[in-house]
Amino acid sequence: MRRFWPLFFLAWPIIAIVWSWLAPYYGWWFHKPAQSPLGQEIDNLFYLILIIVTTVFVGVNMALVYVLWKFSSTTPGEKGTFTHGSHILEMVWTVTPAGVLLFISLYQMDVWARFRMVQTFDKQALAHPLAEVTARQFEWRIRYPAPGRNFKNKAEIDEWLKHPSPDDVYTVNDLHCPANKKVLIHLRTEDVLHSFFIPDLRVKQDAVPGLVIPVWFEASKRNQYDLICAELCGWGHYKMKGRISAESEADFAKYLHALAQRQADDGVPAKVETKEGEGH
Amino acid sequence: MSTLDQTAHSSHDHDDHGHGGHHYHQPSTGEILGAMLTFSRDHKIIGLQFLFTTLIMLMVGGALALGVRWQLAFPFQRMPILGDLFFGSQGGVIAPETYTMLFTMHATVMIFLVIIPILAGAFGNFLIPLMIGADDMAFPLLNALSYWAMLPAIFFFGLSFFYGGGPAGGWTSYPTLSALQTAAPGSGAAQTCWLLAVTLVGVSSMMGSVNYMTTIINMRAPGMTLFRMPLTIWAMFITAILQAFALPVLTAAGFMLLSDRSFGTCFFVPAGIVVNNAAPTVGGGQTLLWQHLFWFYSHPAVYIMLLPAMGMVSDVMSCMARKPIFGYKPMVYSLAAIAGLGFIVWGHHMFTSGMNPALGMSFMVSTMMIALPSAVKTFNWLGTLWGGRIQFNTPMLNAIAFISMFVVGGLSGIFMAAVPVDIYFHDTYFIVAHFHYVLFGSTLFGVFAGITFWFPKMFGRMMNETLGKIHFVITFIAFNGAFFPMHLLGIAAFPRRLADPYHYPSLEHLLSLNQFITISAIVMGFAQFILLFNFFSSIFIGKKCGRNPWNANGLEWSAPSPPGHGNFESLPVIYRGPYEYSSPLTEKDYLMQTEYIPKSSQAAVAPTGH
Repeated sequence: MRRFWPLFFLAWPIIAIVWSWLAPYYGWWFHKPAQSPLGQEIDNLFYLILIIVTTVFVGVNMALVYVLWKFSSTTPGEKGTFTHGSHILEMVWTVTPAGVLLFISLYQMDVWARFRMVQTFDKQALAHPLAEVTARQFEWRIRYPAPGRNFKNKAEIDEWLKHPSPDDVYTVNDLHCPANKKVLIHLRTEDVLHSFFIPDLRVKQDAVPGLVIPVWFEASKRNQYDLICAELCGWGHYKMKGRISAESEADFAKYLHALAQRQADDGVPAKVETKEGEGH
Repeated sequence: MSTLDQTAHSSHDHDDHGHGGHHYHQPSTGEILGAMLTFSRDHKIIGLQFLFTTLIMLMVGGALALGVRWQLAFPFQRMPILGDLFFGSQGGVIAPETYTMLFTMHATVMIFLVIIPILAGAFGNFLIPLMIGADDMAFPLLNALSYWAMLPAIFFFGLSFFYGGGPAGGWTSYPTLSALQTAAPGSGAAQTCWLLAVTLVGVSSMMGSVNYMTTIINMRAPGMTLFRMPLTIWAMFITAILQAFALPVLTAAGFMLLSDRSFGTCFFVPAGIVVNNAAPTVGGGQTLLWQHLFWFYSHPAVYIMLLPAMGMVSDVMSCMARKPIFGYKPMVYSLAAIAGLGFIVWGHHMFTSGMNPALGMSFMVSTMMIALPSAVKTFNWLGTLWGGRIQFNTPMLNAIAFISMFVVGGLSGIFMAAVPVDIYFHDTYFIVAHFHYVLFGSTLFGVFAGITFWFPKMFGRMMNETLGKIHFVITFIAFNGAFFPMHLLGIAAFPRRLADPYHYPSLEHLLSLNQFITISAIVMGFAQFILLFNFFSSIFIGKKCGRNPWNANGLEWSAPSPPGHGNFESLPVIYRGPYEYSSPLTEKDYLMQTEYIPKSSQAAVAPTGH
């Protein structure tokens, strides 16, 4: 039994590492590599931490198993080494991890700043918000500015966020955007907390009652992505599902135009409408 | 009945309490169990009352967890037997609002009724006076009240199940879901009951923590200097300080939320919020304020749920390795550092919440830094084992499991401490894996070590070693089977708190892995019956033991097992720290804190000091 327990504690880290190694082949890993430039940087940071952490994990477990193997004893009353510690060792294992941890945290700052600090946001995206997304139990309401609308300044955008324009274009749960371009949405909620989570783009931001939060993202492939609500919002939280469709600039313009037309359509043929247009 | 209740009279007057006048009476098992049904003021009885209550609550919390696991493995399918019993009106199926209730109450029960009270309440109460050489706590009546305040808390948590299917705002109860009565079926009276119960748990903890601080500062036996205290006591002391400073914030926040709900104040409710087509709120409040206040308590609470286990594991490990703790003072300082830093890291729960992003950066640095004292502790535990004579008995196996699991929980925390990476991992199963490795993998294995280690002191009998090892092996394997794959789920973006995530095309292939997790969780849950059986049967049929069955050094082992009222037959005097195992001063491999060795023979044996 004396040798059984060290092996028992050895077995599990080995299984953990083999399991993690095989996981990508079974789909138990990122659904896709990040589909956005910023997401790729987040992935790189993840793998950097993974390497550091795995090294420490292997090292500590090897030390633990070695100690258990070497110093196990079945003789009662046998004396161990009488020592109360080592100042040098304490210094080494305080300063070394401190350096590593400080490096990790300083190394991350830049990516975070680019994701969240408004000062670093793309000017173009800030000046031309894609849409306002309003979360509500249990759907995503989307409001685009009228196709081709240009906001003159920030004040006009703020005004647009407070008071919808009559020509705004509305839809639900289906956010279209041009691919390969930084786009910005203004995120808000009507009732409780929600969270705007696009796993493939590595974007997540809570929607907070009373706040309007600008969120930018960039899809590098023309594709459809899941939009998941990631903050508990009530019994129907699980079904608060949306979709992001990233398409070419032309397709997006076409989509938005068609949406606007469908919304303006009152069922009367267009010809009649122009004829009687003066009357309004 | 007779002797155990004497605290009432004698503790008022410490001069009278030197037991010179009293006849020392060692209680029988029947007397101990009988006293547990009374309003006893003996710290050992109160500790056992906490222990029994929390062990029962552990099973309740576990059952709720299995409900969550059932739904994730077999979404919206009839649950055999239990489903018909509890959800008969829903066809034996867990409805989405029931699912949100299940994970809310699982966390609530486990945190507020198991982990916090089992560490501070059960072990703190039982061990503090015994380990520092006091006859009881400083305030025995307050101590008893701290236990009895738990019962109305349990009552209100229980009552909450009967309103709208139970509270369903998550254990974090973020407004406005928790503030507006119409926001969810469970946001009505159930949420009010929940808040009342949490406040009562807070009252209980506060009475305990005041008592622990006073006792540890004032009632140490002669010779028990601060740096001769066992690490368990240091951990309890620091935990008590944490509780005393953090808890008022939660209590205040709880009352603010209660008044938002009941009197229409708007601390946490902004204007113009429309929930379920109700009239818009008049508001003016901030929802983020609740998150700040809640985590200002609840992050230190994570350490309240961990530090005492760290202390107990240190004691078990030093004893079972027959070797002094490696770096005693660094261990104390790192406990204090964890507690200190624990007050300035709460924002890492809020990286995606929309708080000022600059705050995210500073919280990232402080959070990374809190990994440092944890790393120092881990290395010191390895140093303690190095060169020891390790005995693989049940307490030791659980203590080693603590380290092994704590390493995983600590390392996975680094991913979430890094803000950009946390953008992705926040609210996924990666988080769930992380905190279960800390709260179950570390704390509960530490508790198992503590129970098996101090059980002989509680009842004067040993627990069954074979059953203990079987329980350990099954729990350890099933635990890792249940929680390790959750890291992988998290990497695959599997979100928390979704009743049925499989309708997302990118998540549907994760069902099989979830079924594996559920099977592991069921095995783990049922394995706890082995522990309960071993615990309760050993009270009556365990092998009888003397004062010091482990040949340990601590002061508690110089008292009879079980200790009578007043703990020690005569006032103990302490000559050294609790970790002098394998000391050259003596032939034995242990040297008790109370054993006097004359200076002359000390010099003869060990001319260089220790």
